[in-house]
Amino acid sequence: MRIPVTWLVENLEFAETPTPDQLAEAFVRIGIEVEDVHELDSVTGPLVAGRVVEIEELTEFKKPIRYCQVEVGPDQVNGIVCGASNFQEGDTVVVALPGAVLPGDFTISARKTYGKTSNGMICSARELGLGDDHAGIMVLPSGTAQPGDDAIELLGLGDTVIEVAPTPDRGYAFSVRGLAREIACAFDVPYRDPGLAEVPEGEGEVLPVRIEDSSACSRFVARRVSGVDPTAPTPWWMRRRLMLAGIRSISLPVDVTNYVMLELGQPLHAFDAQSVQGGLVVRRAVAGEKLTTLDEQVRALDPDDIVIADDSGVISLAGVMGGASTEVGATSSDILLEAANWDPASIARTVRRHKLPSEAAKRFERTVDPALAPVALERAARLLDMFGDGSIKPGRTDVGTPVLPAPVTMPINLPDRVAGVRYARGVSARRLGQIGCQVEVTTGDDGATMVTAVPPTWRADLTQPADLVEEVLRLEGYDTIPSTLPPAPAGRGLTEQQRRRRTVSRALAEDGFVEVKPFPFVAPSVFDALGLPADDVRRNTVSVLNPLESDKHALATTLVPGLLETVQRNLARGQKDLAVYTIAQVTLPRTQQAPVPDVGVGERPSDAQVASLLAALPQQPVHVAAVLAGHREHAGWWGKGRQADWADAVQAARLVGQAYGVELTVVASDLAPWHPGRCAELRVGDWPVGHAGELHPKVVEALGLPKRTVAMELDLDALPLTDNRPAPIVSAYPPVLLDVAVVVPVEVPAEQVARVLRGGGGALLEDIRLFDVYTGDQVGEGKRSLAYSLRFRAPDRTLTVEEATAARDAAVAAAAERFGAVLRG
Amino acid sequence: MSGANDPYDPKQVAALSPEALDAAVEQAREAFAKAADLDELAAVKPGHLGDRSPILLARREIGALPPAAKAQAGKRVNEAQNAVKLAFEERRARLQAERDERVLRKESVDVTLPWDRVPRGARHPISTLAERIADVFVAMGYEVAEGPELETEWFNFDALNFGKDHPARTMQDTFYVAPADSGLVLRTHTSPVQARTLLDRDLPVYVVCPGRTFRTDELDATHTPVFHQVEGLAVDKGLTMAHLKGTLDAFARAMFGEDSKTRLRPSFFPFTEPSAEVDVWFPEKKGGAGWVEWGGCGMVNPNVLRNCGVDPDVYSGFAFGMGLERTLQFRNGLPDMRDMVEGDVRFTQPFGTEA
Repeated sequence: MRIPVTWLVENLEFAETPTPDQLAEAFVRIGIEVEDVHELDSVTGPLVAGRVVEIEELTEFKKPIRYCQVEVGPDQVNGIVCGASNFQEGDTVVVALPGAVLPGDFTISARKTYGKTSNGMICSARELGLGDDHAGIMVLPSGTAQPGDDAIELLGLGDTVIEVAPTPDRGYAFSVRGLAREIACAFDVPYRDPGLAEVPEGEGEVLPVRIEDSSACSRFVARRVSGVDPTAPTPWWMRRRLMLAGIRSISLPVDVTNYVMLELGQPLHAFDAQSVQGGLVVRRAVAGEKLTTLDEQVRALDPDDIVIADDSGVISLAGVMGGASTEVGATSSDILLEAANWDPASIARTVRRHKLPSEAAKRFERTVDPALAPVALERAARLLDMFGDGSIKPGRTDVGTPVLPAPVTMPINLPDRVAGVRYARGVSARRLGQIGCQVEVTTGDDGATMVTAVPPTWRADLTQPADLVEEVLRLEGYDTIPSTLPPAPAGRGLTEQQRRRRTVSRALAEDGFVEVKPFPFVAPSVFDALGLPADDVRRNTVSVLNPLESDKHALATTLVPGLLETVQRNLARGQKDLAVYTIAQVTLPRTQQAPVPDVGVGERPSDAQVASLLAALPQQPVHVAAVLAGHREHAGWWGKGRQADWADAVQAARLVGQAYGVELTVVASDLAPWHPGRCAELRVGDWPVGHAGELHPKVVEALGLPKRTVAMELDLDALPLTDNRPAPIVSAYPPVLLDVAVVVPVEVPAEQVARVLRGGGGALLEDIRLFDVYTGDQVGEGKRSLAYSLRFRAPDRTLTVEEATAARDAAVAAAAERFGAVLRG
Repeated sequence: MSGANDPYDPKQVAALSPEALDAAVEQAREAFAKAADLDELAAVKPGHLGDRSPILLARREIGALPPAAKAQAGKRVNEAQNAVKLAFEERRARLQAERDERVLRKESVDVTLPWDRVPRGARHPISTLAERIADVFVAMGYEVAEGPELETEWFNFDALNFGKDHPARTMQDTFYVAPADSGLVLRTHTSPVQARTLLDRDLPVYVVCPGRTFRTDELDATHTPVFHQVEGLAVDKGLTMAHLKGTLDAFARAMFGEDSKTRLRPSFFPFTEPSAEVDVWFPEKKGGAGWVEWGGCGMVNPNVLRNCGVDPDVYSGFAFGMGLERTLQFRNGLPDMRDMVEGDVRFTQPFGTEA
């Protein structure tokens, strides 16, 4: 909301008016956000009121040009060229005479243009820095000024506009009235609240109004002013304030309703009383009903919309926009003014539904003072009476049951206890009184002093002690609250899981992987590109109803697609050798997804309710995934590079396991999107926890990835938090080193051979390491030779070669028995 | 030349004279010193330490001496021989060192050659920032709490005192998931973890919760629909806003240096009352030290405590939350938030593994 300082301080009694910057600082200090302070641009030199005496239309140019004779002082008429045509002979305008300097350092001088000598410039509002309205020349209402009058003072060009953005709980602060009260509190100065003005009794009703749905409207007040001169101009001071507030002047009745809304915070609606047929009904719309609104749009109404109807049907979308059929037009002289309190939530829904944000709706959504409607109507009626020469009808309709704030009681020292401050005696009661509460201090039977505050009608936001506390604290100033650390609790540090996740991330980064954070949104079509079967569980996704990119509406069930997209982006930007990883939650719908239970607020939900809330959520385990493309090791002066291959992906998975303190076992697998012959399943015991390997060539092709791109993904949450507490005993006796090569069928996994050898070798076998794999003529078709270094050692003595050889033979025998392994000579 | 059994011949005893022995030692030293390398040294060695060397020949004469002279002559010969051995060893050690040095010199390399054989890895700065913040609070006795990203409306809104018609609940701001009445949202803040914590843990609680959050903002230089927050919550007996201020000041100092501090401005959030915006004094701000908007905070709204079964007449609490992308953006002076989400490795690599 934009508000000129001169308007803001109108009803405040300052000994010395603060500067605009001081006012802005005060707003911030007490919690009204200031978006900007616009000092009106300065105009220097002769700026005067002028009367257009004569207009000569120059038609020989591309656009219409006027050469005007303008009276700019007693007996002084200047010829001025002007490109606008929204004024007539006799109009009062603002003239910058030669020597004047307008905003933007625009110096006016007498000059020849369009074949005439122009002695000055007729100004628009924007040229004077008064607003954005560039519709044409600013025409002042007749009688506002005499030719030659100083226009700098007349226009109030020394003013400053403060732009504030109150928080949505403070509906009252969307008005000069409310903001001025805030300033009164901030500076401790007296304030005359125009919202509390006395209103005369009405004589009977102005028209019958029935509120059919009391949830929609708690109060509806109407007043009528007839005989308004439809041609009466809006007085300059009002136009100026509207302009500075960013609202265009339209006509006196419309300007008056806007002005009163800005001044008091009560939106008003003006109907052409002659167009209203019969009495009014306030109700919800009926399905199928339509209304042509003021903007000439035909709107299909929703049964949730609140409407005002007369005998002809719906005539207004309540609180949001009036209807065209009862619009105050160029000839309307009989004005029906309406002020009401609409249900804030309904208004908000209607605004969203019809995409019709408005100044009125903004205030209704934030709750309007229920006592304000008659005051605002009276103010508007009097302005129409005064400036439109109308006559206020004696009747007033006032129906409904205003909802008034209930008293709130709290211990008088609660603000002190919440702030951690000892405020001076009486501060709480004084501050609450200052914001408009009726305050009563009582001492209970237990000796505790309590304060009961009846909030003012405009403070529906004050419903509990904490709300009162905030008022005291903010007005006393948050800057008076000291900085004290609470006593440190005995924390237990990071959990085992948190520590291990960190280790995993660090291990991958230290190993050359770059962490990336793709969004969790994927397009289901990516599952086709990945070659997932139709019934693949990963296709079972949770779908976002309002995705930012319409195709990417599925929540990721696997992190690989996001990583591949990141790889694609990097490739497109010229990075060819990539190793990236991410650690994130995935969303896995349950087979039978329980609905979210309806759980209320106000007390702790039962354990069963909490359990059912949790059960209603899909599983969201944390996964880790990595993708490698291009070179794992660069070529360089040291020699050739090394292409990333399936083993790097499996190794990345093993690295994660090691970082987690878990030994992963590897078994051959066949799962999309991996290469059917180069896919490893990682297991903890017999429990699968993920996959690693080379991507299927078709996937690589479909996604435009480098050949032999590899990937791994593990469910981190499936890795057990084993108690890793080893107690190794290190033997100082010398080892016996023996090599052994066994020939086994080619399909026997090396991992299993090693495991069996280890078992057969017994306790003396300290370490086993595969150092060569051979296939070829020497071992025969369908076979391969696996060569291992075995290290034997005894814990308590020097091992003899005979003992070690016996253990080796036992190891080979075990492999022979299990796989038909043959010792290779 | 005389054998051991030769009769005494005083003319030959000259070889045992101190002068003769000294001369022999001196000759040996000169010869060793002249040897330019180990081979030359080996070549001259027999002439001074071999069987035919002057000192060894002199030793043979001792037997012919009278018993009284034997001891003294033997001592002299030993000293001379030891001196020659020492001279030899010293020279050999010296020559050996010189030879080793030469060999190693020949093996010298250009140690400035680059080594980027294995590409450099890095952690995302948002991750390291989140961990750093967590560590600051763990050091203050807090624990790190977590929660799911897809969350029930009850935890994300209801429990946090958002009215049923609060505008944040609309699809203009919040991602909802199918079906239309699922009651599930992508959490719009890390605050649902407050409610989870209060329902789940015994009081008092001091927790910090870094996590990923979601709002329907279009991606641009200062907004991203997927972002990260860090949430702090403390609920205990007797907690005050002064404690909140003290905690935020300590946090600011840990993140931005000893000169940093915070400023609170009254504001509004449904889940805190009183509420405040947090500004942080950032000494390294572009264009000079100044206040930077950092996050929101306040005293936990008693309604939230009630919704989680905590008696607001006995316990009070404070909560605060900051955006990590925003924090990183002003701390590091990053112009464009999109770089944080697009995954270009050139953005992340300079951050290394700690940030």
